[in-house]
Amino acid sequence: MEETGLRGNLAGVKHILLVLSGKGGVGKSTVSTELALALWHTGKKVGILDVDLCGPSIPRMLKAQGKAVHQCDSGWVPVFVDQDKGISLMSIGFLLEKPDDAVVWRGPKKNALIKQFISDVAWGELDFLIVDTPPGTSDEHISTVESLRPYKPLGAVLVTTPQVVSVGDVRRELTFCKKMGLRVIGIVENMSGFVCPHCSECTNIFSKGGGEELAKHAGVPFLGYVPLDPHLTQSLEEGKDFIQEFPKSSAFPALAYIAQQIMDSTAPQGS
Amino acid sequence: MAEGPGAAPPHDCPGTSSAQAGRAAACQGCPNQGLCASGGVAAPDPAIEEIKEKMKTVKHKILVLSGKGGVGKSTFSAHLAYGLAEDETKQVALLDIDICGPSIPKMMGLEGEQVHQSGSGWSPVYVEENLSVMSVGFLLSSPDDAVIWRGPKKNGMIKQFLRDVDWGEIDYLIVDTPPGTSDEHLSIVQYLSSTHIDGVVIITTPQEVSLQDVRKEINFCHKVKLPIIGVVENMSGFVCPKCKNESQIFPLTTGGAEKMCQNLNISLLGKVPLDPQIGKSCDKGQSFLSEIPESPATSSYRNIIQRIQEYCGLHHSQEKII
Repeated sequence: MEETGLRGNLAGVKHILLVLSGKGGVGKSTVSTELALALWHTGKKVGILDVDLCGPSIPRMLKAQGKAVHQCDSGWVPVFVDQDKGISLMSIGFLLEKPDDAVVWRGPKKNALIKQFISDVAWGELDFLIVDTPPGTSDEHISTVESLRPYKPLGAVLVTTPQVVSVGDVRRELTFCKKMGLRVIGIVENMSGFVCPHCSECTNIFSKGGGEELAKHAGVPFLGYVPLDPHLTQSLEEGKDFIQEFPKSSAFPALAYIAQQIMDSTAPQGS
Repeated sequence: MAEGPGAAPPHDCPGTSSAQAGRAAACQGCPNQGLCASGGVAAPDPAIEEIKEKMKTVKHKILVLSGKGGVGKSTFSAHLAYGLAEDETKQVALLDIDICGPSIPKMMGLEGEQVHQSGSGWSPVYVEENLSVMSVGFLLSSPDDAVIWRGPKKNGMIKQFLRDVDWGEIDYLIVDTPPGTSDEHLSIVQYLSSTHIDGVVIITTPQEVSLQDVRKEINFCHKVKLPIIGVVENMSGFVCPKCKNESQIFPLTTGGAEKMCQNLNISLLGKVPLDPQIGKSCDKGQSFLSEIPESPATSSYRNIIQRIQEYCGLHHSQEKII
């Protein structure tokens, strides 16, 4: 009972994992969303917490823009994106009056909201809570990791694209995890290869293999490659069909495999 | 914003210049409360005056912004610097204020370089005689080093970059920023507030997810009264190296940057197609403009750079007349 009281609103959450990357635009939010869906397809209940306060993009991806967050006795009720309430989402996007409103905040204000997101959202029973972060290693990251520490998160999934420039930022992110005492579940290489819809030639727009090499170099697991699928970006843009469209995408098997590895990694720690 | 249960969110921060700074109800629990309450920040930062002095030798200042990460801010900043520096009579400086993810040193082929201390401050690192670069990357001892800093420390670094770097006589100072609208952005605008910023170039990709963040960035510019030079749409279309057919990797479901610019009455400086060689040039630290001069992306870059030059020239002469 005491344990439950201590964990508060996160008491029903079995596993917490963070999605990190040093660089922006490598697909953290996309991978977070896809991972949530892949886990959901295996029958898990999943929550997504979007702590990217200056550029929240998950509400749009899941076509949940404009939905409102309600309050209940135990805190904020997250937004459910499917009818069976299998995926719930919390983002600053739901708290803005206009979608174009800029959140021009310095660190302390961002930290306060993150703390609130972690303590005051009534997630209920969840198998996985995926925390999507902004790029970098600054206020949001320090606050998130520090506030989650009492809840013993499972670890972090690092996302990179294959270029050297992006891999360089992930090296710094690895150092961040080490310094913060956060376990690295593994590295995902996103946007590996683009299949031309005209001639089916696969081009490595951002080259290939940088993420895998880095994982080897750093001695952390490599979780897999996710190809760049224009149909998927299309469905992401439109939002609506993403939940249905995603299983048809060439990225789905890659994500299903990654999700499996994450579920396997929960075994030794128990729940 | 919705009012949260339990603790009040400090969204009514009185501001550091207020008499209530550090004393208002919202200041409870804020890590800066002590600093604000001491009154140390109430007076205008003396650094602003020092920076004003320092920036007298800098003719044009251009900020490169984007709401979203990974849309090509640093790639564009680097090539803007390379392009402007092709005119040997112009002195160009590139300042990287992405403290937590500096990628400029890699792109300019300067990885592993160190900053030297001279009598008049930090010396920037020179790519060529007329192209100098400053980045937090030059202050790290290993590429694995992470800068795990909260806002105030990042701001201090930016202040030092502006005040303590021995830039010399410069025609163009290009400032590359991290994604978002937070500490770094507020600080650079604040520290340069008593100098003249020519304007900002906003980078986006065609997707709505990116444009959504760019609209926030444009609102930010309006809020802090920054003139917008224009928008660059990056990664517009991909030309398959095998069949030469163009396809949209990042589809423009809402009309892309063009439509957004029309709606918001902002000029679109140009569109840069996605050429796999651009990324490779950046990885190698070379100028894509001189490596692949025949690429459509190169001509697009050159057009954009020319428009920026014209903008700066025009505004400079206007100011002189006034």
